Amino acid sequence: MSKNPEFVKFDKVDKSYDGKVLVVKDLQLDIAEGEFITMLGPSGSGKTTCLMMLAGFETPTHGEILLDGNIISNIPPHKRGIGMVFQNYALFPHMTVYENLAFPLRVRKVEKDEIDKKVDKALSMVSLSGFETRMPAQLSGGQQQRVAVARALVFDPAVVLMDEPLGALDKNLRESMQYEIKHIHESIGVTVVYVTHDQSEALTMSNRIAVFNDGKVQQLSNPAELYEKPVNSFVAEFIGENNTFNGEVVDIAKDKCKVKLANSEILANPISVKSKGEKTTVSLRPERALINPTDKMDNMFTGKIEEVIYHGDHTRVRLNLLGSSEFILKVPNSTSNLELKVSQDINIGWNSVDARALDPK
Amino acid sequence: MSSETKQILTTDGIPLEVSLKKAEKKNKIKAFLLVAPLLLFLVITYIFPIGDMFMRSVDDRMVTNMLPKTFKAMEKWENLDELPPEEVYRGFYEDYKLLAENQQHGKLGQRLNKEKNGFNTITKKLFRQIKRKKIDESASLKEQINKLHKRWRDVEYWQAIKRTAPPYTASKYLKGMDMYFAADGSIAQVDEDRRIHRILWLRTLEIAFFVTLFCFFMGYPIAHLLATLPMKYSNLLMICVLLPFWTSLLVRTASWMILLQQQGIVNDFFVMIGLVADDNRPEMMYNKVGTYVAMTQILLPFMVLPLYSVMKTISPSLMRAGKSLGGTPFVAFWKVYFPLTIPGIGAGCLLVFILAIGYYITPALVGGASGTLISNQIAFHMKTTLDWSFASAMGLMLLTGVLVIYWIYNKLVGVDNIKLG
Repeated sequence: MSKNPEFVKFDKVDKSYDGKVLVVKDLQLDIAEGEFITMLGPSGSGKTTCLMMLAGFETPTHGEILLDGNIISNIPPHKRGIGMVFQNYALFPHMTVYENLAFPLRVRKVEKDEIDKKVDKALSMVSLSGFETRMPAQLSGGQQQRVAVARALVFDPAVVLMDEPLGALDKNLRESMQYEIKHIHESIGVTVVYVTHDQSEALTMSNRIAVFNDGKVQQLSNPAELYEKPVNSFVAEFIGENNTFNGEVVDIAKDKCKVKLANSEILANPISVKSKGEKTTVSLRPERALINPTDKMDNMFTGKIEEVIYHGDHTRVRLNLLGSSEFILKVPNSTSNLELKVSQDINIGWNSVDARALDPK
Repeated sequence: MSSETKQILTTDGIPLEVSLKKAEKKNKIKAFLLVAPLLLFLVITYIFPIGDMFMRSVDDRMVTNMLPKTFKAMEKWENLDELPPEEVYRGFYEDYKLLAENQQHGKLGQRLNKEKNGFNTITKKLFRQIKRKKIDESASLKEQINKLHKRWRDVEYWQAIKRTAPPYTASKYLKGMDMYFAADGSIAQVDEDRRIHRILWLRTLEIAFFVTLFCFFMGYPIAHLLATLPMKYSNLLMICVLLPFWTSLLVRTASWMILLQQQGIVNDFFVMIGLVADDNRPEMMYNKVGTYVAMTQILLPFMVLPLYSVMKTISPSLMRAGKSLGGTPFVAFWKVYFPLTIPGIGAGCLLVFILAIGYYITPALVGGASGTLISNQIAFHMKTTLDWSFASAMGLMLLTGVLVIYWIYNKLVGVDNIKLG
């Protein structure tokens, strides 16, 4: 069975609520069949609006949404056959777990035996067998969440939408649920569109991530690429931690450029700068800068330790480096650890490949 | 594990339970003192009047106190189909003489006349004889009294006196249901053409039921709109719903009279659009129609507010979930939204029904003859006939009716399923 790479397609979609501001601008997005795609972005970035348009609760102001090649903009939500997990689960409080799961099957006039079978299967998939007669209020948050997932999947929808489903859970439960949802996705191969503002959630679960900001997709790529190779400073800032230097390009070659900071110069990897004189923000991941590097690195500087924060598995060191006192270093916790003391001077080095010269902030 | 539970002691050796009670006692007393004024207020304004009403409705001690010797002697009256023995006549004579001396004999005559027609004449006759001292107390009183009037020789009159003996009576309640105690003490029905109370009870129930129904069908969409509109519009709408509350009930009813009368605005409008002919304007007031229209409008807020407060708590994502799972908008409404509003429906309907069943001013003003309710009848007996005990009895019957409805509701839906706000 060949997978359709354009199973869900947003084609030049615009959306405005008040006729003045576009919440979604010219969205072009293809989602492949069986893919787990995450829409990630700060609140107000338009990601939930996109999800609501796909579910049918909002209509695009302009453009079309296609599902498996068919335009669905004019199909009401209940005929789209798209499962959805809501932010606060939206379990029907007056129905038992069984009735909640049977609801989508009953409205489809499925036979009673078939309903029982499917409900059983869905509940065992989220390891909640035996909870059929419970009311949603008698379940813990994590269990309600599983029921909501099971309910969205029980009628075998082609696409499942999840709108920040783990937002209300505590940290440990959220992490275990992330794996659980990922495994369910892998085992049944349904297409999942997941919305979250939690970047670690997005990185853990997704095949691809669409980073939203200001109504636009800033970058659409797989988690590793997104983290390693952000294409602009918003993505670099939003995903993971980031040390930035603002400066101006003074010299540029094919894969290296020289950026002039306030009172020094660094070498960087030109990503979105093209010519001399451009303003740029250089982004460097904290773990790519090393203390007292043994190998030869093309950026070598000396900084002064301002603060040392112990985090268990690693230690965060805040440095005063190149005129900025916000330079963060992550030092892994190992036995060969150095003595790190405040106001001590240390040597820092990094490769220019890892210092990405992006658009100015 | 052993079944014995070890008593837990605090550090200074006092059992934990005792210590806890001691610690909470002060708070309990404080809490009670805080609610005490309200409790007192409730007892004085609610429990006492109802108790007093009940006493009034069953109280029949007047005759009992007036004829103590008669009733004492009547205990020995065995064959009730025959005239009572001499002792009863003597007791009655002595009681009546005492009443005549205290100028109380008139009241007795009137009261007995209510029990059986014709008493007033024969007691007055007896009074005149006593006044003129024509009665020889040493001779047989039975013979002398029987000679005064043929009615004294009729056993039914003596049975009537005996019926007034018990200090308490349920006769007012029977009267409220168009029944009475027949001469032989059995319960009999009032003649069919005189059964006014039953018609009123049924009409009260009918009007209360339909007003509740109309309020529900009108209030549900309003409440839904209120709960789903954006704040700035819903506030305005809420004011529109509450506006009637801020206007005097009398003014609202009067404005309905202006609207509904035959030469009123509504009729003018019907004529103008050609719905009815000018010389054939329908009567919309002084009948049930007027009562329905005005009461529905006045009681509507009591339906809207509980519904609104319940609907406000229903997350809009539930309807969305229903639709996204494949339910048509109607199925999503009927299977998801509607069941969740039942506590509000219960509260609203109960509130409107109970208010409607005892409604007074509006039916009195716009109801006319066919649109008045039982409360108007109660007011009539309070103000016009001054039969307070009958008014009390009917008031209590109304209260009992409401309690029965509440009980049925509790059985069907469950009171814990009500949500007033």
